[in-house]
Amino acid sequence: MLRKLRESKSFQGTLLVTPTLIFMVGLLIIPLILTAIISFGQRSSDGGVIYTFTLENYTRLVGFSTSCDNGAASCFDPLYVNILWRSLVLAFQTTILVILLAYPLSYFIARAPAKRRNTFLFMVLVPLWTNFVIRVYAWMMILRTQGVLNGVLGAIANALNIPFAPLEMLYTPGAVLVGMVYEFLPFMILPIFTSLEKIDNSLYEAAADLGANTFRTFFRVTLPLSMPGVVAGTILVFIPVMGTFIVSDILGGRQVILVGNLIQRQFLDARDPTFGSAASLVLMVMTLVVTYFYTRKFGLGEEIIIA
Amino acid sequence: MNPNRRAPLVLVMTVLVYFFLYAPIFVLVTYSFNSSKTNIVFEGFITQFGDAKLVDGNVVQSPCGPFHWFCELGKNKEVMNAARNTLTIAFISTISATIIGTLAALALQRYNFRLKAFSELALYIPIVIPEIVMGIGILTLFSQLFNYLNTALNLTGNLRLALGLGTVIISHITFSVPFVALVVRARLAGFDQSFEEAAMDLGANELVTFWRVTLPMLLPGVLSGALMAFTLSLDDFVITFFTNGPGSTTLPIYVYGLLRRIITPQVNALSTVWILVVFTAVLLLQWLQNREVKS
Repeated sequence: MLRKLRESKSFQGTLLVTPTLIFMVGLLIIPLILTAIISFGQRSSDGGVIYTFTLENYTRLVGFSTSCDNGAASCFDPLYVNILWRSLVLAFQTTILVILLAYPLSYFIARAPAKRRNTFLFMVLVPLWTNFVIRVYAWMMILRTQGVLNGVLGAIANALNIPFAPLEMLYTPGAVLVGMVYEFLPFMILPIFTSLEKIDNSLYEAAADLGANTFRTFFRVTLPLSMPGVVAGTILVFIPVMGTFIVSDILGGRQVILVGNLIQRQFLDARDPTFGSAASLVLMVMTLVVTYFYTRKFGLGEEIIIA
Repeated sequence: MNPNRRAPLVLVMTVLVYFFLYAPIFVLVTYSFNSSKTNIVFEGFITQFGDAKLVDGNVVQSPCGPFHWFCELGKNKEVMNAARNTLTIAFISTISATIIGTLAALALQRYNFRLKAFSELALYIPIVIPEIVMGIGILTLFSQLFNYLNTALNLTGNLRLALGLGTVIISHITFSVPFVALVVRARLAGFDQSFEEAAMDLGANELVTFWRVTLPMLLPGVLSGALMAFTLSLDDFVITFFTNGPGSTTLPIYVYGLLRRIITPQVNALSTVWILVVFTAVLLLQWLQNREVKS
């Protein structure tokens, strides 16, 4: 009986996957359930959690605060709704900019001679190997008032005899956008390249033979066939941008607060894990909803696996 | 006919994007040789060798000459500790995640069992939820669990459970396993099972077949999975940020802490060393892989 069990394929498979399941259930699914439970709880005076059932954290998140400055029982303050909205808008802006920058480069690499493709691709990956935090720091050095970019602009203005006052670029929404685009650009290049590389040369030749110009070939052949790469890249960029808090922390200062910063502060400075958990769940639901509708419209990019 | 030649816009964009990718790296490396201690403006290189001498916040002379900040880095105990933590975490979590993920890939590709669909779904979770959600979830789990255990078992002093290297390693294993499983599974999918059948026909048992046939053929996939896990662990900031405790600071966490205080060119020197080490490691690995392909 025992021998039979040990030899059964089903048992062997289950055995092999057990360590993975322990980690996935114990450190992903249970924590997510715990986060959900805590989000309905109440904050204790020492920053702990009182397990009750209240929707207070969620009503606070959508703007109905129970502790108002004017002493009223409830008042509307769209602070957190604005933060959520800003994060969503920034994630869309970043994704679109990243696609616009990544596409021509991926196209160039995919159409380059085969022996040079790996080198070009390797050159995309090198910046990625410097640490995420270090890359944000590099932009801090470039964008600050006495930084590299103002130095270069000043020198140009000087040479052209134009009066120049250093621009305030650091700690603006623009700085955060540039930082986000820089951080996640390689994640878009790889999947788009993978899908572009698969397009057979004969398709371009056929399009040309049939009289399509470059413009038409691109929109009727290249773009549709590379959509799986764009979709995969979008998922790889959009989801992390929604939750990142270092870029806005370092390049946005206190000016640009995203949902990631909000969550981080609830757990560390404000010591309100119940509100932080609610915000975190809302963030997760937002990304899942956007990803779901996006992949349903365009199909799930298989390139996500290769990237 | 090369289509690139017909589209000058593509070429211009390509050059611009490469410039955009590399300009920050160039700035980062250049400033690690800055003589200015505040490191806001590039004041020039340190040209004189000799005892360290500071004039108006500028290092004009150093025993290491232009490499002043690299020498300072070597003397910095916090940096060395953080580097040791980073590597310890990366090695332990990579080895564990590679074994666990490879086993899962074998199970999912080769076997049918009741929990298969559930396992596949579970492995997608870390890819589709933002890292911060995972980070605070794990933090909540550990803090609630440790709170409970410390009180229930009356643990005091050194025995008290707290966040540290252990919690960081466990979290890193968690986010690495799905990526290893994906990579190894992709390798297994394009795999000719007739070699294994031949080995079995020739009298090898399952274990021998696995060691002598399956594993060697799987090795490139396992290695690239391991490399991915190692890179993910080295680069991770968010999960580590929420799960580390006193004494388990990693380099990214250390650098983040510095960015909110005073930054000297030491941070740039650290970045330069980091880039060089990773670059060398990857080149070495590529060279090894090429050699394997040729032989």
